[in-house]
Amino acid sequence: MALNTEEMTLNMGPQHPSTHGVLRLELRLDGEFIVDVKSHIGYLHRCFEKHAEAMTYPQVVPYTDRMDYLASMYNEFGYALTVEKLLGLEIPERVEFIRVIMGELQRIASHLVALGTYGADIGAVTPFLFCFRDREKILSLFEMTSGARLLYNYIWVGGVARDLPPDFLRLTKEFVEYFKPKIKELNDLLSFNKIFIDRTANIGILPKDVAVNYGITGPMLRASGMKWDLRKDDTYSVYNKFDFDIPVGDGRMGTVGDSWDRYYVRILEMEQSLRIIEQAVEQIPDGDVSSAIPRRIKPPVGQVYGRVENPRGELGYFIVSDGSVNPKRIKVRGPSFVNLAIFGELCKGHMIADVIAILGSIDIVLGEVDR
Amino acid sequence: MTDKEIFEILKEKFGEAIIEFVEAQAGENYIKINPLEIDKVCAFLFSDTNLHFDSLVNLSGVDDANGEKKTEEDGSFEYIGGTLSVFYHLESTDKRHKITLGTTVEKDQPDVVSVTDVWAHANWHEREAFDLLGINFLNHPDLRRILMPYDWDAGHPLRKDYKDPEYYQGMKVPY
Repeated sequence: MALNTEEMTLNMGPQHPSTHGVLRLELRLDGEFIVDVKSHIGYLHRCFEKHAEAMTYPQVVPYTDRMDYLASMYNEFGYALTVEKLLGLEIPERVEFIRVIMGELQRIASHLVALGTYGADIGAVTPFLFCFRDREKILSLFEMTSGARLLYNYIWVGGVARDLPPDFLRLTKEFVEYFKPKIKELNDLLSFNKIFIDRTANIGILPKDVAVNYGITGPMLRASGMKWDLRKDDTYSVYNKFDFDIPVGDGRMGTVGDSWDRYYVRILEMEQSLRIIEQAVEQIPDGDVSSAIPRRIKPPVGQVYGRVENPRGELGYFIVSDGSVNPKRIKVRGPSFVNLAIFGELCKGHMIADVIAILGSIDIVLGEVDR
Repeated sequence: MTDKEIFEILKEKFGEAIIEFVEAQAGENYIKINPLEIDKVCAFLFSDTNLHFDSLVNLSGVDDANGEKKTEEDGSFEYIGGTLSVFYHLESTDKRHKITLGTTVEKDQPDVVSVTDVWAHANWHEREAFDLLGINFLNHPDLRRILMPYDWDAGHPLRKDYKDPEYYQGMKVPY
């Protein structure tokens, strides 16, 4: 009997539970092996860039929240820094410290979602619940500061919306002490679990030079063995005041740049974020947080590119000003958008089940891919 | 290396293709380059050992909102003529320098040569600039819409004079 040997096309998504949103993958299969993957995006396109052109500069801030909704604080942080760069504003030191504390808490919260859902994608549901339990504590800290759990509108151009509540620093210290042993718990439960390692080690290997050529940034680039972090390499805000390391992937369970490395770099980064938060809480100065907020923002004609190290990589804003109160153009260089572009290359030669393992390790947020 | 020094090197090597060094009133300066030679300039910036721009950080298309503005009675407007721009932010991860390139094309013939061969990163950004602004990237391997639906036939939404369509696939919008 003759066997059917032609290639098959299979659509995965847009309503697939493991795509973390509305992403459609067009798989070309040879049996169970991947020949090629095409990603079709745009299902969550909400015209952020077109909206922003009709807004004044401060009005854009809430829209930035809604791009990467798991790292809203950092989106606002990047936008505020870019507009301040265009205006040449000096920011009070207390504001910078508040922004760094918020940013690093957000990084831990975002990584907890990434790690938890990654485990759940592969079949380990318990760590997912552990991660969300701890993330909830960070969201409570955000809620007492800004009034919202996910979309904050807290970091404004020139300052922050309101000062920290009285108990915030004490509760943050308590959280840091609480969370340190939880990382070990997560390691014991998931990171060094034999089944988990078998599913992720040597899967989707990304070499360093290919990663740079594709513009990959963030934990994904560092997992490929490249020590590159904008907090150190193009430092902004007050990050140069703190002592912290940049963890990189070392191929401990397989090859440098495989899915397990991408997972484990995020665990190590959470430890470093805790170190930054500890130092920032100790050193935070007193001061007025709203003194530098401009009443009316009308930058001169010009253009600026500002960037920050968001939990997923380099988040850049390219702003063109025509001298009016509305931006002429805001282009967002979202790390999820850029990191997703290489996905097809990583999948080639692997099996269908590995597609999910690789996609989870990239950690995309479709809100930012589609904007 | 500063951007001024890099401009001098490029000017010497490529001559006419390097149009000018634009000093911005606020923010960043950039080097203006002929849109049909940009791929050669980028390939040189990438491969030269002293410059070694191994990373394309960002690529953005911009509608310059110039040209002759023609306003209709209902308040909608249209630009006759005018230009589109593309900006390239480059960085060298080992030499630690950065530079911004810019190029400008007429809306009537918005042809820019693709730099996808130099940096694979440019692929999706160029597709986005094509989709939202209608910039035509020559030699691009896969120039399709990316954020808008593939069957969107009402033009390019980030153009300043874009008008919402009345119908999409026979359905009236807004409903």
